[in-house]
Amino acid sequence: MLQTLESQEALEAALSFRERFLRGFRFMVLARLLDDKMASLYRGGKIHGGVFLGRGQEALSVSLGLSLQKDDIFAPLIRDGAGRLAFGEPVLDAVRTYLGSVLGPMRGRDGNVHRGRPRRGLLPMISHLGAMISVVNGMLMARRFKKISGDVGAVCIGDGGTSTGAFHEALNQAAVEKLPLVLVVANNQFAYSTPNSRQFACEALVDKALGYGVTGHQLDGTSLEACLTTLPKAISDARAGRGPQLVVAELLRLCGHGEHDDAHYVGAGLKASPVGRDCLQVAEEHLWRKGWADSQTTKRFRQEAAQLVEETVAKVQREPAPDPFQQNWCALASRHLSERFETYPPVNPL
Amino acid sequence: MSITYLEAIREAQARALADDPRVFIYGQDVGAFGGAFKATKNLAKEFPGRVLDAPISEDAMVGAAVGAAIEGMRPIVEMQFADFSTPGLNQILNQAATLFWRTQVPCPITIRLPSGGTSGGGPFHSQSMEAVYAHYPGLIVMTPATAEDAYSMLLEAVAIDDPVIFCEHKHLYYHCKAERLPTEAMPVGKARIARAGRDLTIVAYSAMVQDSLAAADELAGEGQQIEVVDLRSIKPLDTDTVVASVARTGRLLCVGEAWPWGGVTAEVIARVATEGFGLLDAPPQRLNSKDTPIPYHPNLWTVHRPTVRSIAAAARNLLRM
Repeated sequence: MLQTLESQEALEAALSFRERFLRGFRFMVLARLLDDKMASLYRGGKIHGGVFLGRGQEALSVSLGLSLQKDDIFAPLIRDGAGRLAFGEPVLDAVRTYLGSVLGPMRGRDGNVHRGRPRRGLLPMISHLGAMISVVNGMLMARRFKKISGDVGAVCIGDGGTSTGAFHEALNQAAVEKLPLVLVVANNQFAYSTPNSRQFACEALVDKALGYGVTGHQLDGTSLEACLTTLPKAISDARAGRGPQLVVAELLRLCGHGEHDDAHYVGAGLKASPVGRDCLQVAEEHLWRKGWADSQTTKRFRQEAAQLVEETVAKVQREPAPDPFQQNWCALASRHLSERFETYPPVNPL
Repeated sequence: MSITYLEAIREAQARALADDPRVFIYGQDVGAFGGAFKATKNLAKEFPGRVLDAPISEDAMVGAAVGAAIEGMRPIVEMQFADFSTPGLNQILNQAATLFWRTQVPCPITIRLPSGGTSGGGPFHSQSMEAVYAHYPGLIVMTPATAEDAYSMLLEAVAIDDPVIFCEHKHLYYHCKAERLPTEAMPVGKARIARAGRDLTIVAYSAMVQDSLAAADELAGEGQQIEVVDLRSIKPLDTDTVVASVARTGRLLCVGEAWPWGGVTAEVIARVATEGFGLLDAPPQRLNSKDTPIPYHPNLWTVHRPTVRSIAAAARNLLRM
């Protein structure tokens, strides 16, 4: 096959694509196994609150994370475990946040998917959908003030999030400011239990790009090959100064909204349709078909990923939980301006 | 020569822009137009590229300010009216106010709210939002009552590493003046004794300080010595100065232009009742606007909020108790 390629550049690009595909696949495997472990810990009562999986969205998410550069900005949403890993978030940060370790980036003050390291360009999402887009806009505007160019900001959202006022305001703002923003919409067909038909009335979400005056891209979110083709293009266009890019991927959430939700409302027809394909399985078959890896190799990838997850969980489970008596109960950076509200009589919360 | 409260705000922003390259201003019509009230007059010309018109998108304005702050900038956001901060409420309360607690990354943004009533403003151009913001942890809420404080506190707001809600009163914009800009100021979090007295303490903030001082003048003619405490900032709230004043007078009247339910006046009375109950010679009283939306017609508006007459009347009642 390689002989048919027209030039050395194309050969290198093909090799690079194969390497990126393999890297992407390995992060997808790691994200899937990490998700499975978190779900297991949740069912075992070891995780407070909720667990939110990225099952079915790994190909899209990993392609974004893999295509961003170190100094770029990434605001993931709840199903972007794969993208986080590819962007550089350690498994340790994820596990520590889910288990509430005091050593994690959120130190038990926030949990599960609400984690990040803003100073490293990885933003911790708030729950209010659409709210992170304008924050990334502001970071990009700040870099422009500081004469820093060439960085891209990427934000993930779902089909439901496109209905929010925050989404509208922020995408319009990015367009007005001509920011290097890549807004990735995972149209996973449901916002919690609400189907597309009750979420929007346009024929395709990507049609909204025209109204905002930004470039739109549409792709098959179940195909790692398609994702690894479209996302780098959108990112490089944004980086080259061509303004905000709206990327809409069609796929299906292969799980409930959270692990508390059995997703009974997802019909069999949708599951059997092209959007219902498992992107991980599709990617693995692509690897085999191309001869880029055999089943023994992908099995080894799984074993290595499982070992990393197990070791990380074992380590974090031995770490201290936050101590309410040692906690600095001050919400202000300016500690001298913090007020003291005492509880009378003092009580031991434990 | 004198300088108005509004000019003081403009001058504070000019100085912040001149002194600190991290400062920029973002808001509707703040650029070439100079802002709805002209609080940014000529600043876009004096500081090219640093005074930016925003789309009518309060949520995105605040969100962008938070993002810029994460990157080390010190944005000032102008809301056209305090009332219009509600579309940006989510970003203020859930993004800006929680950022430091969650991540240890400070969020130094200043959000200016042209607050309070002027005649004819009606329900959506007259609101006082300070109690809403003070309720949430992670925010500082300033309510300057003088032109001097408007200047110095705005400069301090920009310098503080936390989100500051800067409630500037629209009535004071033109009616409140200083001889000159201050060169030194009391620190934020410290209340000011605006007028000393021994018979009754009025605790007020923002425009109600000026009306309370006028009421105190009126009562002085009746032989009553009223002490007026200007809170300056309502969060943090200087309980020590308030309690010390009540210790001197034994009587407390709290005055606020905002609605009564759960607001600043309720908070002050709660603190005095829990920390200084024994200092009181009479039940603490408060005076707020009526518990309705703010009316349009001047006949209705002037009795909707506390006035010099109603403050004086409330003080007389309390003095008789």
